[in-house]
Amino acid sequence: MNVSAAEKNSNPGAPVVVLSNLTKQFGRFAALRKVSAEFLPGRLYAVLGENGAGKSTMLRAIAGLAQPTDGQVRVLGSDRVRDVCHRLGYMAHPSLLYDEMSGLENLLYFAGLYGVHDRQRSVAAIERVGLDPELLRPVSQYSQGMRQRMSLARALVHDPELLLLDEPFSNVDVASAREMVQLLGKMRDGGKTIFVVTHQASLLAPVADEFVWMHAGTIEKRTSHLEPGVTQ
Amino acid sequence: MSESGITLAALRKDLRLEWRSKDAINSMLFFSLLVVVIFSFAFNPTAEESRIIAGGLIWTAFLFAAVVALNQTWARELRNQVLDAYRVSPAPANALFLSKAIGNFVFVTVLEALMTPLFIVFYNLRALGPAYLLLVVSVLGTWALVVNGTFFAAISLRTRSREIMLPLLLFPISVPALMAMVEATRIILMGDGSPKFWIVLLGVYDVVFTTVCLTLFETVLNAE
Repeated sequence: MNVSAAEKNSNPGAPVVVLSNLTKQFGRFAALRKVSAEFLPGRLYAVLGENGAGKSTMLRAIAGLAQPTDGQVRVLGSDRVRDVCHRLGYMAHPSLLYDEMSGLENLLYFAGLYGVHDRQRSVAAIERVGLDPELLRPVSQYSQGMRQRMSLARALVHDPELLLLDEPFSNVDVASAREMVQLLGKMRDGGKTIFVVTHQASLLAPVADEFVWMHAGTIEKRTSHLEPGVTQ
Repeated sequence: MSESGITLAALRKDLRLEWRSKDAINSMLFFSLLVVVIFSFAFNPTAEESRIIAGGLIWTAFLFAAVVALNQTWARELRNQVLDAYRVSPAPANALFLSKAIGNFVFVTVLEALMTPLFIVFYNLRALGPAYLLLVVSVLGTWALVVNGTFFAAISLRTRSREIMLPLLLFPISVPALMAMVEATRIILMGDGSPKFWIVLLGVYDVVFTTVCLTLFETVLNAE
């Protein structure tokens, strides 16, 4: 789906994501508790916190996959994520890929859902993450690291403005993870806004603009650098 | 891409996945084959008796076999949470529903095409009424089973015992359609009057439930 330059640049500098008193409960468990925050465009946010802190739930709420129990999510200027979903890319912890199909077959299918029918764009997305687009093996035979990279390619294939990545480096070897970080840095430099939920904060230190620390369903603090000694 | 374009793309993808895994079609075939063989040995019916019971037997076998395919349809989308990739895309929910329903229709139709000759041989069946109407009953009846089945399989997707939940939801609501299929088939096989009422009932059932399913599917897809 093509987005006009005018639409992309409407109100430049305005927050890309605004969370207002965002609360998400699963039964009696509150995964997010009245989270309020604004996130600016063209920045790379590393979202950190222990397991159960609410990182993934916040990302899912921004992606429109989790409906807030209370509060509001405003994404790319819209209160309805559905209206702007063609402008965001989402990568989850599972691969979101069909195991029985090859990487390219997967990408061609998902690109089609976004109205992208140029095969070359799917090929380019795969090459961008350092994989071979001609690899005919089904995704089930990929290593975990290859799946993660192909999953990133799926999230990138329609060239989204806002990228939401949930643990993109898990089970990826250090060298490959650094390549992915460099790619994310380049994309941020190109004007994309990127959220990365990770437990490997130090990997992102060279490129992250801000570290968002979550704890028990709230944003505890936001810092521009990692404190020395933080390895999370 | 238009809704029909996305429907076709999703349908092609489902057919490709089934062609490679053969999960649904193999299970359906074995199940139906067992029903045909076991019942033919258990009852050993005469030609006349066969015409009376064949409608019920055939459609019950296809209904139970279809449940296997219906469960598989959404199970694929749960692996690796692929369904979330569809939900975050701008593709319309109904395109996914239609692709699944049409895909299931194809699978069950293939099963019927393979199993019907066996039914004819094992039960010594010969229609005394207009046999071509069996084709109409088959198309309308199969759609009735798969359209509701696809919808209720999506509802039971996030439940813990979805293999049990699907028949519990699907069978009661399929009773009118099943009655119409069985009665129409019996009348055609026996040459015993006109099956028109039952065929019209099936047609109305299809239109009503297809409309209801299409109206509600987006809510079901995005339910948490």
